[in-house]
Amino acid sequence: MNIRLEKKSLRYGVELPQNKLMAQSPIELAPLPEMVTIPLEENVGAASETLVKKGDKVLTGQKITDSDEFDSVPMHATVSGEVTSITTAINPSTGQVMKVIAITSDGGDKWVELQPHPNPEAISSAEILKAVREAGVVDADGITSPAHVKLSPPKDKKIDTVILNGYEWEPYVTSDHRVMLEYGEKVLSGLNIMKKVLSPVNVYIAIGDNKEDAMDSLEELIMKAGYDFKITPIKAGYPLGDEKTLIKTVVNREVLIGGLAADVGVVVHNVSTAKAIHEAIYEGKPYIERVVTVTGAVGNPKNLLVRFGTPIKNLIEYCGGVTEEGSEIIIGGPMTGISQFDPDSPIFSDTNCVLVKVSQPIMDMDCISCGRCIEVCPMNLMPTLYPKYVKVGRYDECATAYIDICTECGVCAYTCPANIPIVQYVRVAKRELSRRMGKE
Amino acid sequence: MTPEMEFKVSPSPHLWWGRSISKIMYLTLLALLLPTAAGIYFFGYRALLVILVSVSFAVLTEVLVKKLRGRPFVMDGSAIITGLLLALVLPPTIPLWMVAVGSVFSIAIVKEAFGGLGHNIFNPVLGGRAFLTACFSVEMTTWIKPMGFAIDTIITTTPLDGNFVWSWRWAARLALYKDMFLGNTAGSIGTTSALLILIAGGILLTLKLIDWRVPLAYVGTVAVLSLAMGVDPILQMLAGGLMLGAFFMATDPVTSPITHRGRIIFAVGCGVLTIIIRRFGGMPEGVYYAILFMNAVTPLIDRYVKVRPFGFQKVVQSAT
Repeated sequence: MNIRLEKKSLRYGVELPQNKLMAQSPIELAPLPEMVTIPLEENVGAASETLVKKGDKVLTGQKITDSDEFDSVPMHATVSGEVTSITTAINPSTGQVMKVIAITSDGGDKWVELQPHPNPEAISSAEILKAVREAGVVDADGITSPAHVKLSPPKDKKIDTVILNGYEWEPYVTSDHRVMLEYGEKVLSGLNIMKKVLSPVNVYIAIGDNKEDAMDSLEELIMKAGYDFKITPIKAGYPLGDEKTLIKTVVNREVLIGGLAADVGVVVHNVSTAKAIHEAIYEGKPYIERVVTVTGAVGNPKNLLVRFGTPIKNLIEYCGGVTEEGSEIIIGGPMTGISQFDPDSPIFSDTNCVLVKVSQPIMDMDCISCGRCIEVCPMNLMPTLYPKYVKVGRYDECATAYIDICTECGVCAYTCPANIPIVQYVRVAKRELSRRMGKE
Repeated sequence: MTPEMEFKVSPSPHLWWGRSISKIMYLTLLALLLPTAAGIYFFGYRALLVILVSVSFAVLTEVLVKKLRGRPFVMDGSAIITGLLLALVLPPTIPLWMVAVGSVFSIAIVKEAFGGLGHNIFNPVLGGRAFLTACFSVEMTTWIKPMGFAIDTIITTTPLDGNFVWSWRWAARLALYKDMFLGNTAGSIGTTSALLILIAGGILLTLKLIDWRVPLAYVGTVAVLSLAMGVDPILQMLAGGLMLGAFFMATDPVTSPITHRGRIIFAVGCGVLTIIIRRFGGMPEGVYYAILFMNAVTPLIDRYVKVRPFGFQKVVQSAT
């Protein structure tokens, strides 16, 4: 049986300098922080209620928020210690104010008693969904939608394909790569659990061809365990990794504007999510840590296993501090990551990388209509229009130019000879449009 | 890391390809040096003087106008390209003061008056040339034989002129093609050598500075239409400013449509107009006016020719 399928390539986008410097560096445990900040709500999903109050002692893995809503997930304490405050903070990826719970560590990292499923081999779909929700697993990709929601597609949609995303599109970032290499068995087992729930015909693992070693090791593990998963190698390029383009590339189906992946019978999950699902079922372990690549202008770059809520500062210090030329801290990769003005910003479930780099000024010259942004756009949009519309306040025309399907991958701004920060204009327009929507 | 350390913030993406406008301009300029060299080789010091006057006046005008407009002057090379291209489409015998006038008009009126690079509707070079043709029609249509650095000049006609003496013998025909391909023929300074323009165009294509669709569709349309109209397609392709226009002017990003399909429409339109002007118009050469007309149509093309967004067509289908 042939596990590895034919290599696919992108019909748009660009080849970026990879700079995946940490690909061969094993995952290390990050030191426990003295204090963690945990958001009360994830970016997507309903808001939760707080189960603890100021002064409460909590254990690692203890549930601190929950709600009755289906599409929300409970949050867990990521260290043991005392709840110092329930306050507000700036969300590092959106810049919005959010409610957070701050916990001061007692340094002991005392865990709650974990309750793994007694018989994971004979588990039912409903039990899996419940356990995954209970563990607070959210999608490890940019949009932190709860994993159990993605695993329960609408009843009228028949899912025939599951794609596990190990493509890792961003330069510098190596966290998914290391997860596939070091937790390959857990990833495959997690994928097998997803397969149980969704019972698809085909299961693909999409991996960039710059990660040969991950493909080899997963291929071997699949063979050994006898899973019927297929590995789809994809030529390394940018952008690819959001659901729509990944589905188009792997199974050549096009998700409609305003549609969902489930409409074309596909569910996409990230490798780190698969690992978390395995841990939730087999170990009863809540989703409180992930692998983060700390790289760029730091003394000693590393791949770290980090508890959520850990301040970026701690990681950078552990990795030898910012070198002299480093002047900008970015969470996420260099293409979609967000600059941080505050090194105390916490790591969240969607943070795959902390990148310190030399800040480059943006020129924002006049567009020369070269059309490069149109050629590279994965969504076939005309990105050049948005800055022009936004500059004169014609937001409605942004909407008619399909701004809502823009994934903000940044490839347009990357290729722009005029160095126009197109993505920033897109964000301005989107925010203004959603503000108007809210008003009406 | 010290606590008082300050960090910069900037919008994503935090990487940039680094091929800026000025880099594109200077690379184009490098490619343009090939037809320039051919022009100087065939038309001698006159060509060199025209080029020098045109380029220096273009740059000076740009500096001056930017100052008047209160905008910073950026040495992005676009003014040099405008000046050089204008010189390349002028006859070598044109008086130098006319060159200066044309150069100033190109930059000050056709480019900067519309808002500078990126905002001009018409190609500055073609606007300048059209202005000169309107003002100094005799000087703009006086052609000399290519004699290198010789002092004498011999007035002659270009292959596109109505009174050009034809030979229908094959040997003479082939000799004419060869001369036109290499550039050993009467014409504007930089437009005669199809060979060097093709090499320069090849450089632009390999560096992905221009869209291959434009020259292909333009030259292809001219060839097909000449065949259909019963005129010599090889001569039409090699003569006049077609090669230079197809590779260096119709491909100007600012004044041509932004989408691939729009560019094909644009280039085909250029080809059709070129042949119509050459065949039926009052002027022997139609390339420059054809592109200029299509420049005017570009906003209209851009308005109606759009790309299909991801997942779009099927929405319409399912709705109906």
